Amino acid sequence: MKTISAEMITREVRRLCIEANCRLPEDVKAALGNFRAGEKWPCAMDILDRIIENYEIAENECVPICQDTGVACVFLTIGQEVCVDGSIADAVNEGVRQGYRDGYLRKSVVGDPLRRVNTGDNTPAMIYYDIVPGDRLEITVAPKGFGSENMSRIKMLKPSDGIEGVKEFVVSAVEEAGPNPCPPIVVGVGIGGTFDKCALLAKRALMRDIRERNPEPFYAELENELLERINALGIGPQGLGGRTTALAVNIETMPTHIAGLPVAVNINCHVTRHKSTTL
Amino acid sequence: MAKHITVPFTKEQALSLKSGDSVLISGVIYTARDAAHKRLTELLAKGEELPFDVKDSIIYYVGPTPAKPGQPIGSAGPTTSYRMDAYSPQMLASGQRGMIGKGKRSREVIEAMKENHAVYFAAIGGAGALLSRCVQSAEVVAYEDLGAEAVRRLTVKDFPAVVVIDAEGTNLYECGRANYLSSLEG
Repeated sequence: MKTISAEMITREVRRLCIEANCRLPEDVKAALGNFRAGEKWPCAMDILDRIIENYEIAENECVPICQDTGVACVFLTIGQEVCVDGSIADAVNEGVRQGYRDGYLRKSVVGDPLRRVNTGDNTPAMIYYDIVPGDRLEITVAPKGFGSENMSRIKMLKPSDGIEGVKEFVVSAVEEAGPNPCPPIVVGVGIGGTFDKCALLAKRALMRDIRERNPEPFYAELENELLERINALGIGPQGLGGRTTALAVNIETMPTHIAGLPVAVNINCHVTRHKSTTL
Repeated sequence: MAKHITVPFTKEQALSLKSGDSVLISGVIYTARDAAHKRLTELLAKGEELPFDVKDSIIYYVGPTPAKPGQPIGSAGPTTSYRMDAYSPQMLASGQRGMIGKGKRSREVIEAMKENHAVYFAAIGGAGALLSRCVQSAEVVAYEDLGAEAVRRLTVKDFPAVVVIDAEGTNLYECGRANYLSSLEG
């Protein structure tokens, strides 16, 4: 067994919260640059320039890229041979509390969905646990803004709806969202599993480097086709017209029931933030 | 080029703007988002005074990040406006003239805008670090308990925005996309 201290988890989560919110990942930066170079609509070019200027300011001055510093989604991949000397959830939440306080990040969590009183420290985090073989603990912090989260969709399609049904659902989710999720967006798609697993696949799809396609050629091709269809909608940056509606479509899949074809679309804005470390 | 807008944002200024115009806004504007709008419209329903002068005002839908020491405000980009749709008609009827946010508005809001000669501006969503540079000062004027959602008085200088829906109801989200798509056919 390998022992990892709860304190170390807190320290790393604190750091990852701050870094994720102030530094846009390299894959998103690269995609913004490529799409800017290919954009011909003047208004879209102007908006992409300002978005690029914005992430440069954020990085140089260590201020949040976006004021919606999100709910802290924390993905833990825990090796079976790892032992933590305390409560993992408490350690993560303490890291979020410190990170959001010390990083001057916005506290955007209410303690109850209907009675809506702000918890004041951005806790609790949304924690996802995966148990795997080995003696490592991997932590990914992905602050998720809700302008885009609110535009996400899930649908239980019929097997007979097939691949065309999936394409239709994904493209129409993006079209309905229009300007609301701050395009250019990143589209996470989950296909298969159960109702809940499918939504999680879509969220996990947003963690994948957007320069990488799905390792299965069948799905890589589907990702490319969906991206092309979405960028033919003409919604453009901020919904004011243009080619650059989405920077990437990432698809994740898993087996499902003979009677079902669940599809989930988790939309993220261009501020697709995630930062990882391995202990 | 960009038109300069100052506050108070009068009916005349509002009527002079057309969907698609770029503007630079200077003067005092107020922040309010979901929770503050709920409280403000509850006051209006009871016939009580609002905590700021709403006549010819511009409200910015934003919940900024906390200011670092020595800074007036943290990152301060717009939030999605449709969540204020339930409240905006009452606010516009009471004298609010401008709204800054991003994203679509309901038919009811657009009707209320036409009736009250009001304008809906969009700022760039996700550009909170850049936009915060236009904020010269910020102070909480109401609902401090709401934290990021408190009503703040901001003094802004040349705050960049675009007129999405003008006082006649013309909507850039519809025209902008259509114009781009027809440019591809030409």
